[in-house]
Amino acid sequence: MSNQRTRIKTPVGERIFYVADSLLMIFLCVVILIPLVHVVAGSFSDGMSYMSHQGLLILPLNPTLDAYRAVIANQNIWSGYRNTIFIVVVGTVLDMIFTLVSAYVLSRKGYMLKRFFTIMVVFSMYFSGGMIPFFLVVRNVGLYKSIWSLIIPSLVNVFNLIIMRTAIMGVPDSLEESAQLDGAGHLTILFRIITPLVLPTVAVVTLYYAVSHWNSWFNAMLFIKDRNKYPLQLILREILILSDTDEDFTMSETIQFATIVVATLPVLCIYPFIQKYFVKGVMVGAVKG
Amino acid sequence: MQGVRKKKSLGQRIRLDWKKYWRLYLLFLPVFIYFVVFKYAPMAGLVISFEDYKAAKGILGSKFVGMKHFINFFQDPFFTRLLRNTFTIAISTLLFSFPMPILLALLINELRSRKLSRTVQTISYIPHFISTVVVCGIIHDLVSRTGGVTMILHNVFGMPVTNMLYEPNYFVPIYIASDIWSNIGWNSIVYLSALTAIDQELYEAAVVDGANKWHQIINITIPCLLPTIVIMFILKVGKMFDVGYEKIMLLYTPLTYERADVINTYVYRRGFAENVNFSYSTAVGFFNSVVCFVLVFITNKITQRLDGNSLW
Repeated sequence: MSNQRTRIKTPVGERIFYVADSLLMIFLCVVILIPLVHVVAGSFSDGMSYMSHQGLLILPLNPTLDAYRAVIANQNIWSGYRNTIFIVVVGTVLDMIFTLVSAYVLSRKGYMLKRFFTIMVVFSMYFSGGMIPFFLVVRNVGLYKSIWSLIIPSLVNVFNLIIMRTAIMGVPDSLEESAQLDGAGHLTILFRIITPLVLPTVAVVTLYYAVSHWNSWFNAMLFIKDRNKYPLQLILREILILSDTDEDFTMSETIQFATIVVATLPVLCIYPFIQKYFVKGVMVGAVKG
Repeated sequence: MQGVRKKKSLGQRIRLDWKKYWRLYLLFLPVFIYFVVFKYAPMAGLVISFEDYKAAKGILGSKFVGMKHFINFFQDPFFTRLLRNTFTIAISTLLFSFPMPILLALLINELRSRKLSRTVQTISYIPHFISTVVVCGIIHDLVSRTGGVTMILHNVFGMPVTNMLYEPNYFVPIYIASDIWSNIGWNSIVYLSALTAIDQELYEAAVVDGANKWHQIINITIPCLLPTIVIMFILKVGKMFDVGYEKIMLLYTPLTYERADVINTYVYRRGFAENVNFSYSTAVGFFNSVVCFVLVFITNKITQRLDGNSLW
């Protein structure tokens, strides 16, 4: 970006700007990281010391692993983890299959109902029946109280579908035509020829679906009544949110922090490996349908 | 093909189409069923907003009451409060959350050190991967009576020591600030990639013409970024009325309903929590969906007029 030539004649005003810019960015990083540092430090702190403490922590107070022992002993967290992993893995795989198939069909040309299908799909992005009718439909198809209610009703996200379709439309027709001449069916063309060519987009959309399954708690609150089937986020809600207002759930702050660390660390560990994909992917998304 | 088509009747065309593409239609069938059941059946379910829905009688058997629930909603003592809060949070998001990532992208783009720019990006993306529930859990701690943010605000600005989540007037600032914290980095990615696509020769030519940094930003960078900003803006306005009700539900308490209760949280409470009435709740949700739809439609039309940047 910068080159030697400009450095020599950089005016004073610009140099001040660069320094200020750098400082501002460093400050931003600190602001973003402080709450996280506080949580980690709190999770290693002694419960009583934290109670009598005010303000932000940088280092643990009277370091101890007590909070983590309590978290590990909490069966709800592990059952929540198990359910969430099931939902994320099975849900994301099914989401991807449905999204790829619908993106493929919508990217084909020549068939009569293409326009109808496209309008049907896009309209559902802008208008919805809302919470209660959705709830009634899920209940009427028999998914109420089942963990599948968190997977099947949200199979296709239209925005992700559009990203996928845009990518597939970018694949040269000639490749598919030659495959068709060889007698390949639609599924073969889609999964053997097209999918490998749009792999970066597949990676990104997979990531979007996985993150949204991981984060979701609202539908689970509506549909899941059995605590053994609660996804992790719903358990976290009890520990982190309801504990502040509802006496049934009272829990010490340090245990709350340890829970946050246990529930967030896996995602942050995967994060560095997927960063390059999503940076690419957002660009794909920005190109739009 | 085009010339032949005229002679064929509709029935023939359908038969030909089916013969040629039946495999494609078969492939789409599961997706079609999915959309009909989980997207369009709920839309049909909106009819219960015109009924006094009773689960025992079903959608078809319940009594038709016309616009009763809508009229009740417009006369609801909470109607203005819900509309005002939804509007305040939506507009605040557009005013404060929306420009921040653009600013961040511009500032990162001007950094001289590649290493620093990489680090800022990596760190600023992290909060996006922390779930809403956890973010709200952290907020609960930070703004409590002894929390870090409360203490800083007290020591620096002399604000009173209190649990800020119990104060109605702090609700929107807390909501917006944490929204910026969560998304500033992630949302800047799209602008950063648009910035890297700008032709460097433009800048070189500007330097030759004696343009300083400021002129370059105003006359080259921002105009080049504008199409991306417009698209992001349309997307945002479209979702504007769908304010993050899941997050609000994790942050509000009856003490802060005065500022925090929005249409969608009210839909939830009247549907599942207090004074439950499915038909009424559906009517409120219907109102919200229509407003959302009209907003997208209008913004899309306006931007189409402006410069042909349209989503569809």
